[in-house]
Amino acid sequence: MNELKQDTVDSKEKLIPLYKQMWLIRYFEEKVDEFFAKGMIHGTTHLAVGQEATAVGSCAVLNEDDMITSTHRGHGHCIAKGAEVNRMMAELFGRTTGYCKGKGGSMHIADVSKGNLGANGIVGGGFSIATGAALTSKMKNQGKVVLCYFGDGASNEGSFHEAVNLASIWKLPVIFFCENNQYGMSGPVKEMVNIENIAQRAEAYGIPGHVVEGNDVFDVMSIVQEAVDFARNGGGPTIIEAKTYRWKGHSKSDAKKYRTREEEKEWREKDPIARYKEQLIAKGFFTEEEAEALRKEAKQEIEDSVEFAKNSPEPGLETLMEDIYA
Amino acid sequence: MRELTYLEAVREAMSQEMRTNEDVFILGEDIGVYGGAFGVTRGMIEEFGPERIRNTPISEAAISGTAIGAALTGMRPILELQFSDFITIAMDNMVNQAAKLRYMYGGEGKVPMVLRTPAGSGTGAAAQHSQSLEAWMTHIPGLKVVQPSTAYDAKGLLKAAMDDDNPVVFYEHKLCYRTKSEVPEEAYSIPLGKADIKKEGKDVTIVATAMMVHKSLEAAEQLESEGISVEVVDPRTLVPLDEETIVESVKKTGRLIVVHEAVKRGGFGGEIASMIAESEAFDYLDAPIKRLGGKAVPIPYNPELEKAAVPQVQDIVEAVKDTLKGL
Ligand SMILES: Cc1ncc(C[n+]2csc(CCOP(=O)(O)OP(=O)(O)O)c2C)c(N)n1
Repeated sequence: MNELKQDTVDSKEKLIPLYKQMWLIRYFEEKVDEFFAKGMIHGTTHLAVGQEATAVGSCAVLNEDDMITSTHRGHGHCIAKGAEVNRMMAELFGRTTGYCKGKGGSMHIADVSKGNLGANGIVGGGFSIATGAALTSKMKNQGKVVLCYFGDGASNEGSFHEAVNLASIWKLPVIFFCENNQYGMSGPVKEMVNIENIAQRAEAYGIPGHVVEGNDVFDVMSIVQEAVDFARNGGGPTIIEAKTYRWKGHSKSDAKKYRTREEEKEWREKDPIARYKEQLIAKGFFTEEEAEALRKEAKQEIEDSVEFAKNSPEPGLETLMEDIYA
Repeated sequence: MRELTYLEAVREAMSQEMRTNEDVFILGEDIGVYGGAFGVTRGMIEEFGPERIRNTPISEAAISGTAIGAALTGMRPILELQFSDFITIAMDNMVNQAAKLRYMYGGEGKVPMVLRTPAGSGTGAAAQHSQSLEAWMTHIPGLKVVQPSTAYDAKGLLKAAMDDDNPVVFYEHKLCYRTKSEVPEEAYSIPLGKADIKKEGKDVTIVATAMMVHKSLEAAEQLESEGISVEVVDPRTLVPLDEETIVESVKKTGRLIVVHEAVKRGGFGGEIASMIAESEAFDYLDAPIKRLGGKAVPIPYNPELEKAAVPQVQDIVEAVKDTLKGL
């Protein structure tokens, strides 16, 4: 494995904000969970509590103008790519100030100006879009890299194989980044693929494949950095598989009968935020008290986002037919 | 008689069929311990085991094709897709394979499979999980298309679909799942191609499908109190379509309104309207035929916008009044 660039490892300015970002994701998700239960947010949402390190670690090594495609479980990616939590929360409340003017909801948030090409309600919907965005980068010589998030379950869709094959023969600057949280809805990855690691599939397409500890921000950063460098230098795509876990159910209606409490407990003990905190304290980048202050700041920002959302207007019926065509 | 929800009726139809016919099995995502995205198959894996309640990976193209292959070789698969929107990924198999094989082979072989899938809006799931795409399927010769609105119909129609030797696409409306009606315990079959008059009336005929049957009945009740008598016809199956019942109803009332949730443009309502225009009922019309359907917009997330995108009871009431004014 490549060493993470020394300037990144040493950069307090770079690493500390990531800690707060992880808490922003955690608190955002917990708020959403709470408002769902109260019936104040409707539809469905998929929470990424426990998976904060994959989103934060991978986006941390992208440039601001690099791009991502996200998934149904996309709040974390969105925050990590620089979205404002106010506008995200407003979207979940269906308000005009939301990223989709209240028309998209949780599964469809996009922020194209920040390089977020969108969450997706269709499992596997992002693979070819990412490949296409990488094609633009290559044809226009933009030097941009595209990071395509997907789940272990999504890797069984035909679109995965078709997109990876295309990206590989055209050597496109795209990173297929699998957040293997062990389940696709109720389907355990062990029963849904006949290989140990999703990343092994890279071999079939003649591209690099890496497996990484997905609850460790540093590990994620360093492996994504390697793939980014490879892509920017014309090497083409990489598949990265980060092993992680979603603490919550798949969506709100999940009784979680497919897994055990012991297993859940085991993974909770591998909390990516706690781990990152230890690492930063060990580096002498902040103290326990300073870390605590950051956590509180994040919590407050999420509380504020709820106020922002609640005080935002509902879209009027006259907006129904807007934005269908350009 | 006991009442069941629509969801329970679907489950009971499948369970009874599986007890009597070993060739029937179900495949789909999360249909095992999870019980399916909406809970339709809940408890079935306990009774029938994982060989017959087959949890699949997320791969609609592969599982639809697998169902076709199994059907062609002697099994009778039921395929559950979590949301009807995902039929797009199974589309090649449904359109180019399932619908065509028997004909192309000169009548050799058959594809007895049922693709069951929840459709429609009303749950806040937004544009990629709320569509009503049934018209697409009706355009393809070789497929049958069913859209039950009540628990009673769902059980009987599913039995007929499972007994049919052709590929059947069986749309279940998400908002119908919790509706209840009296359902006999024993297995029974409602023939495909037989409409049901949900309410008799004499002033105007409403042909409505799926959730719009319930909304039309509500509208009819309101109108009744104003002295307007509405007949509500539920075709139940779009292919084959019971043209006769619809034609007879329009001959009786002289007025036709077609209501469906799918986008009006290119929707199946156009087919029903044209069918009437071409039939002997045309001479009986006292007002232009009216179609009510979804607006030509992706289903939005915001609940008020979502409602505004598809016909509501009040829209139906107004349409009936307009029609009676000859508008
Ligand atoms: C094409 C398609 N099939 C099925 C679904 C329903 N669905 C939504 S998320 C999901 C599980 C996805 O699993 P995975 O890709 O591992 O991502 P995770 O939820 O674990 O983050 C399923 C089956 C869907 N949205 N789209």
